[in-house]
Amino acid sequence: MEQLIDSFLNPEVMRTSVPYLVRGFWMTVRLCALVIPLGILSGLVLAILHNLGHRWLNVILIVYVDLFRAFPPLVLLIFVYYGLPSMGIDLSPLSAVVLAFMLNTSSYYGEILRAGIESIPTGQWEAACSTGLTRFQTMVHVVLPQAVRTVLPDLVSNTLEVVKLTSLASVVALPELLRMARVAQGITFNPTPLILAAVLYFLMLWPFVRLLSRMERRMLVSAA
Amino acid sequence: MIENFFNIEVMARVLPSIISGLWVTLALSVLIILTGMILGLVLATVRAMQYRAVNFFIVLFVDAFRAIPPLVILIVVFFALPYVEVQLSGFVSAWLSLSLVLAAFCEEIFWASILSVDRGQWEAARSTGFTFLGTLQFVVLPQSMRLALPPLTNRAIAIGKSTALASVIAVPEILNQASSAQAQAANPSPLTLAAIAYLVIFIPLVVLSRWVESRFAWRH
Repeated sequence: MEQLIDSFLNPEVMRTSVPYLVRGFWMTVRLCALVIPLGILSGLVLAILHNLGHRWLNVILIVYVDLFRAFPPLVLLIFVYYGLPSMGIDLSPLSAVVLAFMLNTSSYYGEILRAGIESIPTGQWEAACSTGLTRFQTMVHVVLPQAVRTVLPDLVSNTLEVVKLTSLASVVALPELLRMARVAQGITFNPTPLILAAVLYFLMLWPFVRLLSRMERRMLVSAA
Repeated sequence: MIENFFNIEVMARVLPSIISGLWVTLALSVLIILTGMILGLVLATVRAMQYRAVNFFIVLFVDAFRAIPPLVILIVVFFALPYVEVQLSGFVSAWLSLSLVLAAFCEEIFWASILSVDRGQWEAARSTGFTFLGTLQFVVLPQSMRLALPPLTNRAIAIGKSTALASVIAVPEILNQASSAQAQAANPSPLTLAAIAYLVIFIPLVVLSRWVESRFAWRH
């Protein structure tokens, strides 16, 4: 037991590693603040383009979405980070991470929003257009508000995945939470910072996990 | 561009190592999916028995493994456990941590789908003499599987992709093989090859999940 506490919850190591973890935490927050809005926006663009119903455009969109859903995000990140510089495109770690995660998350958000938009019956489109709204106005004021409500559990779930995804940035040495925990572990020769980082992630995301399981259950029960 | 990303000479040289990585990725994925799904179903069954104290721990386990990023769990298992004299190989660490993550997600899916079956069905089945497990196996699960299948497929695919994380702890799967080949050749073609290898595995699965979703969708 003593060895357990000494290795995993060492108070002295905790004090040393807190500044590192705090710095890492803010980097994680910053990363989320960049990737989540960018992902939602580009996903929205994908979904709206799909809704235009051009056959060839849709083929391209589906290929794009399936392609980036098939790549593991870490593969995408390594590809962008180590591959692009040999083409003369030099990216900072932060922009490489944001670019790779945006490609990945936009396809998931796009898929979710597309399903939401498709779930709205055509009658609504016809009714809105017959009152004089343009197609775009119908989308913004009539369809999207309902579509977002229908797919809200999926949106929350995907956003949760994006926050967890940011931990991959540690692989390309971006100083976010996991990376800083590894740094602190290297300095103190003690894994306490890793445990602290795990606890921090848990505390940060736990409310959303609770919310999500409640939403999902309600949806499944109403579906059956 | 072609010389950098599609260098035939480099590709031919690293192809054998990428293929050996492909087998590791496949083996790891299959092991994780089997272990995780079975464990998830067991946990959901235990939860259905409604022992308050036991359920508390199941919910805690599920919430923790849904909230903590898989890479963090993997790194804790691989780098922190040795300090208390639990030394696992990279492969076993990846198998263990990703199986636990998948089990947490599957438990939640199974449990939600079990709840979706009306209470009356439980009562009816029990009153005709079915045992608890019999009811679950023959009455409840067959109906709830229909609801559970699409999210289970998606989770299984996601966890298969996350085996790429094992490259961080030097498990010689596709990405790990490709990264070291890329460093040796000073050329990113091995990464292109790795990307193609992942597409070969996962594009069919992504298309399959689209089909499962439309086939088993509930029409309102």
